[in-house]
Amino acid sequence: MRLIRLFPDDSKFRFVRWRVLSFPFSAFITVTTVVLFLTVGLNFGIDFTGGTLMEMQAKSGQADLAAVRSTAHSFEVGEVEVQEFGQGGQVSVRFRTQPGGEGAQSALVQKARAAFQNDYEIRRVETVGPRVSGELVQSGTLGVVLSIVSVLVYLWFRFELNLAIGAVIGTLHDIVLTVGFFLITREEFNMTSIAAILTIVGYSLNETVVVFDRTRELLRKYKNIPTEELLDLSINSTMSRTVMTATTTALSLLALVLFGGQAIQGFANVMLFGVLICTYSAIFVSTPMLIYLGVKTSARAAADAKAEADAKAAQVRA
Amino acid sequence: MLHFSTWKTAAIGALCLLGVIFALPNVLPQSVRDSYPSWFPARTIVLGLDLQGGSQLLLEVDGEALRKSRAIGLQEEARRVMREARIGTTGIDLNGMTVAVTLRDPNDLAKAQERLRTLAQPIGSSAFSPGTGQLDLEVGQRNANVATATLTDQGLQARVRQAVDQSLEVIRRRVDQLGTVEPSIQRQGADRVLVQVPGLADPQRLKDILGQTAKLEFRLVDPNFPIGQPPSGPLPAGSELMYEGGSEGNPGIPVVVERRVIVSGEDLTDAQPGFDQNNRQPIVSFKFNTRGAQAFAQVTRENVGRPFAIVLDNKVISAPRINEPITGGSGQISGNFTVESANDLAVLLRAGALPAPLNVVEERTVGPGLGQDSITAGTRATWVAAIFVIVFMFATYGVFGFFANIALVVHVVFIFALMSLLGATLTLPGIAGIVLTIGTAVDSNVLIYERIREEFRAGRSMVSAIESGFKHAFAVIVDSNSTMAIAAIILFLLGSGPVRGFAVVFLLGILTTVITAVTMTRLMIALWYRRTRPTTMPF
Repeated sequence: MRLIRLFPDDSKFRFVRWRVLSFPFSAFITVTTVVLFLTVGLNFGIDFTGGTLMEMQAKSGQADLAAVRSTAHSFEVGEVEVQEFGQGGQVSVRFRTQPGGEGAQSALVQKARAAFQNDYEIRRVETVGPRVSGELVQSGTLGVVLSIVSVLVYLWFRFELNLAIGAVIGTLHDIVLTVGFFLITREEFNMTSIAAILTIVGYSLNETVVVFDRTRELLRKYKNIPTEELLDLSINSTMSRTVMTATTTALSLLALVLFGGQAIQGFANVMLFGVLICTYSAIFVSTPMLIYLGVKTSARAAADAKAEADAKAAQVRA
Repeated sequence: MLHFSTWKTAAIGALCLLGVIFALPNVLPQSVRDSYPSWFPARTIVLGLDLQGGSQLLLEVDGEALRKSRAIGLQEEARRVMREARIGTTGIDLNGMTVAVTLRDPNDLAKAQERLRTLAQPIGSSAFSPGTGQLDLEVGQRNANVATATLTDQGLQARVRQAVDQSLEVIRRRVDQLGTVEPSIQRQGADRVLVQVPGLADPQRLKDILGQTAKLEFRLVDPNFPIGQPPSGPLPAGSELMYEGGSEGNPGIPVVVERRVIVSGEDLTDAQPGFDQNNRQPIVSFKFNTRGAQAFAQVTRENVGRPFAIVLDNKVISAPRINEPITGGSGQISGNFTVESANDLAVLLRAGALPAPLNVVEERTVGPGLGQDSITAGTRATWVAAIFVIVFMFATYGVFGFFANIALVVHVVFIFALMSLLGATLTLPGIAGIVLTIGTAVDSNVLIYERIREEFRAGRSMVSAIESGFKHAFAVIVDSNSTMAIAAIILFLLGSGPVRGFAVVFLLGILTTVITAVTMTRLMIALWYRRTRPTTMPF
């Protein structure tokens, strides 16, 4: 039986050279995301804004958006967002937090239920109060920050500080690009999105750690190898594994995107994007970053400089 | 390294068997599980509300209202003890959390403070903690003739905690009256309660039933103020103004009632909805306990001809006249009830009063249709993902891929077994977590296999390559899974509900994948090698 090989054996691709393209590219996207974040902003869900979300499905299979919109506006409760999603006439309606507190919100939900339940099956109703949404923003932000810091500390203990920094830069890059994905697709950003981001943090570090672990090992083996070559060798020798894992993970996420149903699709889309980004950044961002951060302690760095000088001298002689 | 002792093999086999035993109840019908012997594990994974359908409310004990009522209560008590001790005062004022007693005679200061001190209660001695010995009241003075009593923050916080404890009980009793299956009522944080009711499609009734404190009081109507006429001029200190039958935009009929409570809801032993025998109107009939019956009998005997008020949550439900002494210890409340509101009131009275109002700060409802759709779609996605990965692994690694696939199946079985064992909740993001770990679980095997392949190509023998592959890959497996685990743990600590469900699955997945990928595949490869003695790498 002939087995699949996704990546050739004994490859000698010079990956880190591509940093002349990947660094400006990543920098550009990062800046764009930050600008978009500050100007356009994320499409925050009610977890973070507070308010009420209703999801319903037309009993006829065909949603009349205009009618839903005009009914919702007739409640005179300020801004209302009405959107169609998925198949089979599913509509989501989002109301803001009402002045007048919980009672007013509750009354609104009852009014909306009464108005829609003849033509629509009410599938989901969620109301998040302003205090809870404030807390969710806090714990979401705290979660992302805390995960980065604790992973930095873990890697610092297990590797060198500069490798840890390289890994965390790659992770930050992946977080920013994932946020960029939310900005461009206008996908709703809610507590599940935070879960997606934290999972991406885990996956991103996973990818980087595999390469760096090899770098560390090779460094012990070849004491006088130039950094760039060392990094290329690390990537090449782990590449078949990287491609394999990215493929299996992407395959299972693809199953989730295609068959997982409406409620989980947003999460699956983001994760699929995240896996691709993480694979890219491990190879083209965090690993080449080590050229500037240094791969070794100062004693080794001196030896490295000497080796490079020798290599140059050899080249000149040749 | 490729040598496995018999007991080790047996241990791994036993572990697998345990996994299957604990995971099995999830796929068996209820009838089979019921026929299990009692010692046999029959626990299943709990489905989250997002899969089961149902409503959840996050309620917050209104701390502000509680503080306010405690302060007003203190003012009342201060008034009482000053009167009892015959200490002359010119004013007893409430300012924030401080009651200031202005004395007619500054010489009474020490005596007044002494009396105020008797009102202090030890903090936290009531519930489960033995108490700290601290009191919830600080007594001091402002001027030579003003004694003060201030409620301490600690005391008030303890009171909020206590109120949450009491609320839990009352909420449970009230929700049970709805007759729903397995409602879950949990404390959350310092001042919140999470109520989950599976299968409830519209939480409005739940909110109605939890939205009232249901503090019932029987008080006398102040005879100096006729019912229905708004009082002109100030009310005496012992009376207050309430309204009967108010609605939105219409305050209702003014009734001036005495502050003194004859009997309160605590002294009820039963309350049932019914109909008035004369006019067929819905009513609520009730029974007092002995203490309540005696107090009520005494007051009604002394006040025949006067009206008394039945007060619920500071609103007068009705104010009937006492025609004769009521000594039987039972009675009925008639008001403008519908059958349902009479029923609700009976439920509330039986369940008892809440110590403080509850505010709904978060509310989530998933209809049964959406939940079922999610389960169907999630199951389908899991199968498809598993087939994708299994085919792909086999196509890449041949017989080694087959071993990894067996480990993958065991991994999923272990997740289900552990979740059943822990009584963990499976949510929709949790299903996504399972699908995701199917993709990442094979990562450990991929790391090992690629390493074996590398070592073999570098000129090692089969055995040596396999051994060295496992050995070298182990460190990186630990490192990469640890970083994943850190992210998952943080998600678990900070997330709630469905998101936490995802974190649980992800964390368990990381744990089981290390066991299955490292130990189990190694055993399978060792057995395979012993039997076939291959000379070339199968991939």
